[in-house]
Amino acid sequence: MSEVINEIQELVEDTQKGRYLTFAIGKEFYGIEIKYVTEIINIQKITEVPELPSYIKGIINLRGKIIPVLDVRLRFKKEAKEYNDRTCIVVVDIEDISVGLIVDSVSEVTSITENDIVPPPDANTGFSNKYIKGIGKVGDEVKLLLDCSKLLSDEDCDSLAKITQ
Amino acid sequence: MTDNMDREPMLEMFIFETYQLIDQLEQALLSFEKGAGFEASINEIFRIMHTIKGSAAMMLFDNISTLAHSMEDLFFYLREERPENVEPSKIIDIVFEGVDFIKAETAKIESGLEPDGNSEQLKEKALEYLQHLKNSNPSSDNAKYEAKKEGTKESHENVEQKYYISSSKNTQKLMTNKYEAIIFFEDGCEMENIRAFSVVHDLESVAEIISYVPEDVMENSDSVQTIRDKGFKVVFKTDLGLDEVKDRLYHTVLLKDLQVFLTDDDLEGFEFIENKEIDVEQKEAQSNTEKKNIVLDDINEEQIKDFDKKSESGKASLENVKEQLKTVGKQSVISVNIAKLDLLMDLVGELVISGAMVTQNPDLKGLTLNNFSKAARQLNKITGELQDIVMSIRMVPLSMTFQKMNRIVRDMSKKLDKSVELEIIGEETEVDKNIIERITDPLIHLIRNSIDHGIERSDERLEKGKNPTGKLVLEARNAGGEVWIIVKDDGKGLNREKILERARVNGLIHKPEAELTDREIYSFIFLPGFSTKENVTEFSGRGVGMDIVTKNIEMVGGSVQIDSIPGEGTTFLIKFPLTLAIIDGMIIAVGCNKYTIPTIAILESFRVKNEAVIEDENGNEMIMVRGECYPVVRLHRRFGIDTEVTDFNEGIMIMLESEGKRRCIFADELLGEQQVVVKALPKYIKKVNAIAGCTLLGDGDISLILDIDDIIQ
Repeated sequence: MSEVINEIQELVEDTQKGRYLTFAIGKEFYGIEIKYVTEIINIQKITEVPELPSYIKGIINLRGKIIPVLDVRLRFKKEAKEYNDRTCIVVVDIEDISVGLIVDSVSEVTSITENDIVPPPDANTGFSNKYIKGIGKVGDEVKLLLDCSKLLSDEDCDSLAKITQ
Repeated sequence: MTDNMDREPMLEMFIFETYQLIDQLEQALLSFEKGAGFEASINEIFRIMHTIKGSAAMMLFDNISTLAHSMEDLFFYLREERPENVEPSKIIDIVFEGVDFIKAETAKIESGLEPDGNSEQLKEKALEYLQHLKNSNPSSDNAKYEAKKEGTKESHENVEQKYYISSSKNTQKLMTNKYEAIIFFEDGCEMENIRAFSVVHDLESVAEIISYVPEDVMENSDSVQTIRDKGFKVVFKTDLGLDEVKDRLYHTVLLKDLQVFLTDDDLEGFEFIENKEIDVEQKEAQSNTEKKNIVLDDINEEQIKDFDKKSESGKASLENVKEQLKTVGKQSVISVNIAKLDLLMDLVGELVISGAMVTQNPDLKGLTLNNFSKAARQLNKITGELQDIVMSIRMVPLSMTFQKMNRIVRDMSKKLDKSVELEIIGEETEVDKNIIERITDPLIHLIRNSIDHGIERSDERLEKGKNPTGKLVLEARNAGGEVWIIVKDDGKGLNREKILERARVNGLIHKPEAELTDREIYSFIFLPGFSTKENVTEFSGRGVGMDIVTKNIEMVGGSVQIDSIPGEGTTFLIKFPLTLAIIDGMIIAVGCNKYTIPTIAILESFRVKNEAVIEDENGNEMIMVRGECYPVVRLHRRFGIDTEVTDFNEGIMIMLESEGKRRCIFADELLGEQQVVVKALPKYIKKVNAIAGCTLLGDGDISLILDIDDIIQ
């Protein structure tokens, strides 16, 4: 019985492997592994929560479930942009934490094989971005692949929790 | 029963039932010990033991069933003979040991292990005591008792045989059993004749109807009277066993009384049955006629079927079945998986939102739709009620948890030779199921600590001029939108100096000792590895425990406070935040945000005239109300919200109180009062100052709930 389940799980993981949801922030395209993504919703009313870092926009009501939303733009220390009808919330589920990521627009789901992924240039060259774990090549385009857990796990947020306690 | 698919739900049922029975049993034992309703308790205990025995035997858990059987014997003797020199405490000890054993075994079964514990010793103990009782009460009735017992045993075997036979018969022969059933309907149910006909109609699907009396049920309306007086008699042939037939007939609507017999008339196929079997069948028929007068209420038929299988025949069982039926009527409760409830809650939330999306659809703007808005109001009302109910389903009264403490107090006071009385207040307070699960262990710890360290021995208490019986109060109440649980003893209190010294040794003091308040000092006992008790007892003193108490409570977002007066006792105050409790909230608006304030914290709200507002040299604002001066918190400033309402004259002032302190907050406007269910903020955000949680409003918006304590402190 359990073997069968394992097989099924492997199968599911296999079909998801190497598939990325890509979205745009400004001019860049980013990708996150599809296995983290639960759904994509339109921007909706966000309830502000005071005393949080500015990139945590607040909380939303996702069918009775309350989840926090992060503005990825602000997270990457880019300039804030007015939300429009292309703005989406990508709901991701990472280590049992559901979080909504606000992105400028969602483009597509693509497959990127491991051969097409190169590690990001290391910090010595002056490029440092702790949220990028790889760079994927799709045709002529380049997608920055995000490390989801780093996106969430957050020194700022931890220290914040300590202060408020 | 050999079918594996069948076994799982049965096993689950067994586990659930046994736990429930054990809980009931403990209650009964405790009331038995207190001497309240001696007789009633004995009957109850006997009944429970009997049921446990029956179901354990059915599931082939022999160690449980034999133990329960020996206990049952003991109580059977007590009930029948009412021996003079009974020592209730001894009996109760024996039974409690047995209960613990059964509990442990059931836990094993629950976690998928084999129930391999050996109950022999406990069984011996029970039998030994029974023997002891018998010897010391050598009444002539002993013989009678034995005879009775023999009788029950014998018939018990019969019942088992009956089960075997009826099932084997089913597979072998067709339409071989001839039954006669007499049915009485409820008084005043009317149209008896039609009801009778529907019974016949129903039976036709599984049986061959031979005859029924009165025959002219449909044609002759006078037959109604006959059915009322003499009952409706049907003779039919079927291949179903007696139990199945009964079960089927019990489903009849408005059934008052039912008698079913196997008739002895010759039938084809009857020759195949061996002589011995006929014998048994006749007996069976007899035993069933004895049972015929069971009055049916609206009872779960399945249970009846169960009882039929399990219960013994004869007088004892007749009483038994009646009693069981009584209690079954009480348990109109089912257990539901919490995950399903969560799902249901989410779905209802979704329903509310989509409801609002329809009724407040922008496409409808500017149209006059009288009928539509009527219908929409109705929809809103129903969804609102639905939401309320779903939310209240998760709420469970604390009584079960509190009642469990009775047992702990009893065991502890016995072992430590202290006399302690437990008083329970407010057990009906409802708390979210999740909290109940988390609260049990901390409560046990606190109570153990209180009895072990707090309450003195009787002689010591007498010396101090106290009541020799220590008093432990366990209280729950809703306070200021929080749930408070108070554990209070009247023992010797905490030793401030000792705790301080210990804290010093362990290097726990981080500020000048003179500045420590009593409460802060007492809180040291909640730190890991802290124990002032030199000698470790079985129950407490190792210094683990108290830190578990705080950990568990903090996990559900609660806090613990200690107050202690040397010589007079210690009070532990556990406070739970609003997590998932339903509260009455006042919704206020600040800018475009809506906040909820627990109504209970609000003293009043009012408009201000500027002259009453004072500002000190640091820019702190205060307001004079009826000669008193209260600090003012502007919510928009505190939370950094843009709002147009910054002038005191335009907004509204709300006076809040918490723990005796008062403060005014300034908001844009009051939106209304509403019952809300408190949800925790997502874990990712962790704790935010001044926010206790959040809630969903009817239109799907989220409203943050203010933490009044944080705002006032």
